[in-house]
Amino acid sequence: MKIRKTKHKDKIELQMTPMIDIVFQLLVFFIMTFKIVEPEGDFNVRMPPPASQSPSQPPETPTLILKMTADADGNLASMKLGDVPFTGTDKLTPFDQLRSHIVSLVGDEAGPGTASEREVELDSDFNLKYRYDINAITAISGYIQDGQKFKLIEKIRFAPSSE
Amino acid sequence: MKVVSAKRREVSEGDMTPMIDMVFQLIAFFMVLINFSDIDQDQRVHLPKSELAKPPEVAYEKPITLQMTADEGIILNAGASDLLSIEDLRIALMRQSQVIKAQGDDIKLSDVTVIIRADESARHGKVLEMVDAAQQAGFETFAFRGKQSQDSGFNSRE
Repeated sequence: MKIRKTKHKDKIELQMTPMIDIVFQLLVFFIMTFKIVEPEGDFNVRMPPPASQSPSQPPETPTLILKMTADADGNLASMKLGDVPFTGTDKLTPFDQLRSHIVSLVGDEAGPGTASEREVELDSDFNLKYRYDINAITAISGYIQDGQKFKLIEKIRFAPSSE
Repeated sequence: MKVVSAKRREVSEGDMTPMIDMVFQLIAFFMVLINFSDIDQDQRVHLPKSELAKPPEVAYEKPITLQMTADEGIILNAGASDLLSIEDLRIALMRQSQVIKAQGDDIKLSDVTVIIRADESARHGKVLEMVDAAQQAGFETFAFRGKQSQDSGFNSRE
């Protein structure tokens, strides 16, 4: 015990300064490069060029055509799936209505090889903002209920645009 | 005790340990959260929101990212500061498809995924022009990218 006490007298001092310098450098680097990234996700669409589309046999069920028109500002003016218009109400947006329509379409034709096999063609005005395309794809391709994802129609393509 | 106080002719030093603890914690935090793989995301592009946009489960084998800003300029190479016109994009994509074709059989043009990151207020027709340019270069598989969100995004109109 006596020996240890005498050793304590000249306690070895660690040189902290260089380490703290480097550690702060690292800290500053990571703070500067830090960027909050929101997760992103994809809608996969397979679109062969129109020229290569061979005149195959017509599909058994006709393609549904979703026609969206734009107003002068590029916002949604009207939306129609086939002959059914979606105007939106106080509570529901047109896209909510479109989704419930698709749900009933898929639900009515239960069984394999029916509505969910159908193809939807998006025919939008040139000026329509892209966000409405994504909204429409979201409404058509599925919905989320109680944290679970249900698929609706996944075959989606774009009509050739015309200016 | 007497001995210690007698020895205190040197500079009294504050206790560094808690500070160093915290600083290491912070470094570890930022190191874990840093994400270099999302480097192709451009801050000039504000993606449309969608509740169904789920990150892909497997990374694409050979993605090409086409981005369009709100002013409808096109970014082909991530991080490039200059915006391309649609004609420039056509030429660049043609060149890329030639390169992929020349590489032989290990990758086909139809396996290449073209990721479309378009700004939510870009015009539909302009986005399709970009898709059309990629189709003409021989690409077939497209992924339209959206920002994951809790709400459906149907009401967004800012």
